Amino acid sequence: MSVAEAEKTRERWQTVMSGPAPEHIKMHTRDVCVFYGAKQALFDVDLDIGEREVTALIGPSGCGKSTYLRCLNRMNDTIDICRVTGKIELEGEDIYAPSIDVVELRARVGMVFQKPNPFAKSIFDNVAYGPRIHGLAGSKSDLEDIVVSSLKKAGLYNEVSDRLHEPGTGLSGGQQQRLCIARAIAVNPEVILMDEPCSALDPIATAKVEELIDELRENYSIVIVTHSMQQAARVSQRTAFFHLGILVEVGDTDRMFTNPQDQRTQDYITGRFG
Amino acid sequence: MTEISASAPVGTDNDATRPKRRDIGIKRRYAAENRFRALGIGAVSIAVLALVFLLISILSNGLSAFRQTFVAFDVTLDAAVLDKAGNRDPAEMAKVTTIGYGNLLKKALAADLEARGVSTEGISSKEIAGLLSKEAPAQLRNRVLADPGLVGQTISFKTYATGRIDGYYKGRVTMESAALDSNVSPEQLTLADRMRGAGMLTVGFNTGFLFGPDASELRPEAAGLGIAILGSAYMMILVLVMSLPLGIAASIYLEEFAPQNRFTDLIEVNINNLAAVPSIVFGLLGLAIFINFAGLPQSAPVVGALVLTLMTLPTIIIATRAALKAVPPSIREAALGIGASKMQAIFHHVLPLAMPGILTGTIIGLAQALGETAPLLLIGMVAFVRDFPAAPPEGFFDPAAALPVQVYNWTQRADPAFVERASGAIIVLLVFLFLMNLIAIVLRRQFERRW
Ligand SMILES: Nc1ncnc2c1ncn2[C@@H]1O[C@H](COP(=O)(O)OP(=O)(O)O)[C@@H](O)[C@H]1O
Ligand SMILES: [Mg+2]
Repeated sequence: MSVAEAEKTRERWQTVMSGPAPEHIKMHTRDVCVFYGAKQALFDVDLDIGEREVTALIGPSGCGKSTYLRCLNRMNDTIDICRVTGKIELEGEDIYAPSIDVVELRARVGMVFQKPNPFAKSIFDNVAYGPRIHGLAGSKSDLEDIVVSSLKKAGLYNEVSDRLHEPGTGLSGGQQQRLCIARAIAVNPEVILMDEPCSALDPIATAKVEELIDELRENYSIVIVTHSMQQAARVSQRTAFFHLGILVEVGDTDRMFTNPQDQRTQDYITGRFG
Repeated sequence: MTEISASAPVGTDNDATRPKRRDIGIKRRYAAENRFRALGIGAVSIAVLALVFLLISILSNGLSAFRQTFVAFDVTLDAAVLDKAGNRDPAEMAKVTTIGYGNLLKKALAADLEARGVSTEGISSKEIAGLLSKEAPAQLRNRVLADPGLVGQTISFKTYATGRIDGYYKGRVTMESAALDSNVSPEQLTLADRMRGAGMLTVGFNTGFLFGPDASELRPEAAGLGIAILGSAYMMILVLVMSLPLGIAASIYLEEFAPQNRFTDLIEVNINNLAAVPSIVFGLLGLAIFINFAGLPQSAPVVGALVLTLMTLPTIIIATRAALKAVPPSIREAALGIGASKMQAIFHHVLPLAMPGILTGTIIGLAQALGETAPLLLIGMVAFVRDFPAAPPEGFFDPAAALPVQVYNWTQRADPAFVERASGAIIVLLVFLFLMNLIAIVLRRQFERRW
């Protein structure tokens, strides 16, 4: 890479801010670079996650959305070759600091995955597992309360109330995904990360999950990766557009979709690539 | 769709208008499929036939080992012979050897035959006594020494008929073969028939075969599997207790915790190689390390179990790692994502899902170990053991035999009566294997029912 080219790349790394930063910042990331072995997957990402709102991460596949998301609860730690640099703060606290216990962090920053992945246990135990290992329930009835209220918040309780002790894997795909959301909620997190939570679901199940996300926004800060721009437009308040490992543009969802500042954003949302 | 129907109007001449299909050999494809299916059925049939043939031959040879010819008669336990001092002191009475008891039995049998009116014409008294197993005097002696109060009484005594008489009722010995045999005469056979008519000689289930100890070359009728079964059971318990936790721990470490580098690659290759090492090599290793170096006793189940553990570990580790690998990574992620530690993720979620596979691998490993002979020969389990090992845990260090070694042992012996014993022992071994598989299936169901 020549010096001129490097300069040009540097230029490209500048994120366009369309609109002001969120009012209350929940998570604050600066200069986040991620490497898989020698390959760099993210380049100096600066992004703020607002409190009690939905931030959508969009971009063509392979651009590093999941990678960024997995930095926020240190799931990347589980990949041997993965290395993260930069600053990531949760409520002003560096989550990569040695004093931070990753187990506690993941209780505060929950995660829902692309493919519904309930445990091979009963519906009840799926939700109860988190509170159990984190010691959140003092008694059996406490635990039951947590499970029921989590299932209710995830909008699943009415569908499964009569079969709480049947396997979670026996539910439909959409129900399984809402079960996973209930499981994440049960440990009372502050932030919920969702990596394409609807990509394995049919349109009706998708609508239900989207509705749920909209409700959850009142209590949680949510970061959602999606490959569907309609979904981003429907559920999020802020949108961040990634391209080739670079955070190209971030801003109010409405502004982003009606009046994108960067050419690449415009090309993407008008469907010219991706 | 519409294009096709438009360009191909219904009619007889539409073949001409339709573009000609390239010949892609549909017929040949079907023929190939049928050929393959026939081959498969052939292969399976051959396998099934071989299995059926094996089972039939073992059962037809070995089932007779579970039946045995017994002789029952009254014996008067003469105090003048058995307890000269007259004080019923077992230490004193032990001075009377089996020869003394043998003479007593000889007289008692002759007397009882006469009393029951069974003719013994033309048969020497030695030949009459020859109907009894050589084990009989020892049996009587043990019984009397265990209960000195019997002396002076007349008891009814049941003992094995000698192997040749037993063979006569199992079709192994005939009048013609008896005429040429120095161990049995046709007269003895006819006497046996008369005794059978008088109810003194019976054929019944042979508990001694399952629960008795082995006997010497000269008394096949008394040879039993008790010690071998116990020894094999002890070894299986020990192998299970040692190899399952070790194997699972090693697999979990290698699969989930160990860094991927040259060193772990080397370990992996070596584990795979170890699974292919001939078992006799493990025997040599066991002899060198456990017996010569560590000074453990020879012929002991604990040494056999250690050797068999070394042998089964690679099998268990390979199966366990495969089972762990087969658990979808999404389960691990789900657990980690909710704040479980790595240990918790593995022990709460991954291991239960891998358990059916692990159990299958373990049972396969145990079944191999159960049937293994060569390494046990080298650590002295082939020794002739007459005394039962004690109850565990001390019994693990007492000399014992093992089922496959017992089979090997009996096939080495000259007396044809041992042929059926060896086959009978194989049946017992197969029953053991069958039971183990049953346990594996039940356990697997248990774990799978927890979805
Ligand atoms: N575990 C991994 N090992 C190596 N490279 C990875 C790994 N995960 C992702 N990558 C690479 O990082 C880049 C970003 O991937 P990802 O974050 O999954 O993209 P997205 O979620 O936006 O589709 C891709 O080029 C991908 O090949
Ligand atoms: Mg992704």
